[in-house]
Amino acid sequence: MQSEIILKMEGICKSFPGVRALDNVDFVLRKGEIHALMGENGAGKSTLIKILNGVYEKDAGRIILEGRPVHFKSPQEAQNMGIGTVFQEIALCPNLTVAENMFIGRSRDVFVKWKQMNERAAGMLSSLGIPASPAQELASCSIAVQQMIAIARAVDMDCKILILDEPTSSLDEDETKKLFALMRQLKARGVGIIFITHFIDQVYEISDRITVLRNGKLIGEYQTSALPQIELVSKMMGKALSDISAIQKHELLKSGDRVPVFEAKALSSAAGVRPFDFAIHKGEVNGFAGLLGSGRSESVRAIFAADKVTGGEVKINGKRVKIKTPLHAMKQGIGYLPEDRKSDGIIDELSVRDNIILALQVMKGFFKPLSRKQAEEFANQYIQLLEIKTPSLDTPIKSLSGGNQQKVILARWLLTHPMYLILDEPTRGIDVGTKVEIQKLVLKLAADGMSLTFISSEIDEMLRVCSRLIVMKDREIVGELRGADLTEQNVMHMIAQGGK
Amino acid sequence: MPRLKAQFDRLSHLFLPLSVLVILLIINLIKGADYFKITMVNGVFYGNIPNILFGASELVILSVGMTLVTAAARGQDISIGESGAISSAIFVQYVLQAGEVTIWTILAGFLISCVAGLVIGAFNGTLVSFFNVQPMVATLILFLGGRSIAFIIDGKVSPILANPISNQIGTVIPGVPIQTPIILTAVFLALVAVVLKTTNLRLYVEAVGINPSAARLNGINPKKVIFLTFLLMGVCSAIAGFIAVNKAGRHDSVNLLKFIMMDAILAVALGENSLGGGKFSITGSIIGAYTIEVLNRTLLRLEVNPEAIKAFKAVFIIILMVIASPVVRVSARKFLDKAKTFVAGYSVRQTGGLNKAVVSITDSSVKKEE
Repeated sequence: MQSEIILKMEGICKSFPGVRALDNVDFVLRKGEIHALMGENGAGKSTLIKILNGVYEKDAGRIILEGRPVHFKSPQEAQNMGIGTVFQEIALCPNLTVAENMFIGRSRDVFVKWKQMNERAAGMLSSLGIPASPAQELASCSIAVQQMIAIARAVDMDCKILILDEPTSSLDEDETKKLFALMRQLKARGVGIIFITHFIDQVYEISDRITVLRNGKLIGEYQTSALPQIELVSKMMGKALSDISAIQKHELLKSGDRVPVFEAKALSSAAGVRPFDFAIHKGEVNGFAGLLGSGRSESVRAIFAADKVTGGEVKINGKRVKIKTPLHAMKQGIGYLPEDRKSDGIIDELSVRDNIILALQVMKGFFKPLSRKQAEEFANQYIQLLEIKTPSLDTPIKSLSGGNQQKVILARWLLTHPMYLILDEPTRGIDVGTKVEIQKLVLKLAADGMSLTFISSEIDEMLRVCSRLIVMKDREIVGELRGADLTEQNVMHMIAQGGK
Repeated sequence: MPRLKAQFDRLSHLFLPLSVLVILLIINLIKGADYFKITMVNGVFYGNIPNILFGASELVILSVGMTLVTAAARGQDISIGESGAISSAIFVQYVLQAGEVTIWTILAGFLISCVAGLVIGAFNGTLVSFFNVQPMVATLILFLGGRSIAFIIDGKVSPILANPISNQIGTVIPGVPIQTPIILTAVFLALVAVVLKTTNLRLYVEAVGINPSAARLNGINPKKVIFLTFLLMGVCSAIAGFIAVNKAGRHDSVNLLKFIMMDAILAVALGENSLGGGKFSITGSIIGAYTIEVLNRTLLRLEVNPEAIKAFKAVFIIILMVIASPVVRVSARKFLDKAKTFVAGYSVRQTGGLNKAVVSITDSSVKKEE
């Protein structure tokens, strides 16, 4: 497809305090194409998008829209120039009507011309084939239709470029199909669509071209039909297929027919992970591999009952138990370090001491508070053990660095002496030194008999510590690797080909 | 040393309520030097300080409950006065129907009214924690309907509680030099201290108030914790209602504890507690409650027209809140820093001679390194 270029971004740079989010990135969008923007977390996709739609200002570089250089100072300006954005979370008002949602804040008149507005809305809805009526309350539409209405709102006003940031993450297959039909229709009208998603199959279903970013750098632009899935995955992860370094294996495959420490059958949760079987033995370190959104976090959350468990059965040391709440899981000897440290891990205003003793304290019960002296002893013990850098025990955890916060959460779980500890992205956003420390700690704990599940976006990190990898794709387990099969190449192959 | 600093940090949280209290006391001292004078009348202490302690009893008790609700539910209970009116109406009915009134009748009546408080707390708590209704909206229901319920329980306008024991609870017990409500408040506060010491109430409430999602993943059930704070609030309201009705000697369902939730919320705010929940200081709220009582009495003492007192109070509170607001604090700190650097710079300029000496010393040391 050799059509006219409508958008050119050249040499875009953007830094945030301490991070270089975008480093000299180029991006080209043609008329009437669907262009997928791919990359793992922190690759710089959202930053690039936010520079394009005027949320952020770029540090350097040029944006050329239809041959003319432009400079957006606000999202409003970008919108007026024909760049519409639909974000992952629908930013509409559920208690207003469809037509109101499409036009609100658009008119310059003080008074709303209801009749005219409803007529225009009806026209747009029918031309785009959206099954909704203008006077209907938005909340009564399905999520997919709401998503489409958000798009309709964005493409109104003579839109040239439409940005869709994870539009399908909350849609089921049917709804996704409907959305794709709408996207194809817009494409036929000559709108350039930038499509961000974590679902690789969807990229291959709908996109014409793919741009891959990694760690703020442009990796390349490819024709979708000319780029095999396996290569896309390897480009996103930053590992050439042949580049398989010698990895120190952690041999622990003598599980045999021993009873697993933890075993789940057909476990499923309200977060939408497909029912899965899982087991872990004493002293084993395993991991869930897969791209972001593949369901690896949802799976471990189901094990810990962090999301509502909707089915399946669980055995601890061969005995059936009920785990319906995190507290049940904790009492069964399971610990869980959540993926999102800020929103699920730390209690930011509480002191380092309170953050360390929290889980142990809750397990002991409401009426059995630790004495201050005991709490301080425990806290000091783990501060020394994990070398946590904090001015004092009373310092609020929020004033510690990310790595030290993470160590505090680790200390919290180690203090409960769990039999099985789940670590979801324990090394994300922390410095290299601490990363290595945590990896070493995981191996040491396993050697001492603890079972651990270790999840990381960095595949080589998982290969270093895990003796078994469960590979996930699109919220389903697609395979398992162990022993000599445990190579990056195999993981990538499985992610790319699995589930088919 | 770090321990001392921590102690100091904790005290610095009380800076606002304490400084306001001190300012008010100074105003009172200027007005009359005998402000702190305590006299003994018929074997009982009287004077401004005992009067303040006496007058603030209900508010102090309610502000403790309000602190907990605010911290966990990130919102306020505005039905506390009404809830106190209902539970005390039940107390009065029990006592009136008992015939002969003994200390056991009163005690039983008090316990029944506490149960009523628990029921009311459970009602509010269910709405807030299990149905996710905003605290102020949930408690608006009883705020609007509570006094009618109290009136229905009364059966007539202002039933009178004419028995010697009630009188003694509301005023003094012969032979005891301190007025009974002051003693009851002290006992209540001691109980609160014991509860905080022997349970994890503080840790649970603060964790839920700061980050309910993280609290849940650590095994705490945020819904239950919020529900619990409303139960405790209900008991606090019942105790406050009990003291108020014994003080008054009759149950006036319209005016008993009227609009006290405003003062209770203000006490919580004055105590440097965030009205958005999270970490809390009960000591702060208690000092805040007494400060409000002192403010009321100061305005009376300054002979402000009783009709105008509310306006004066409002103005005072506006000034206080603006001074205490983060915006002003940040700019005040900036201003102080600027002043400091300016003063420091000025002194450097003044001691230019010394400065030169320092420069020449550093110069020579640099040369040595070379």
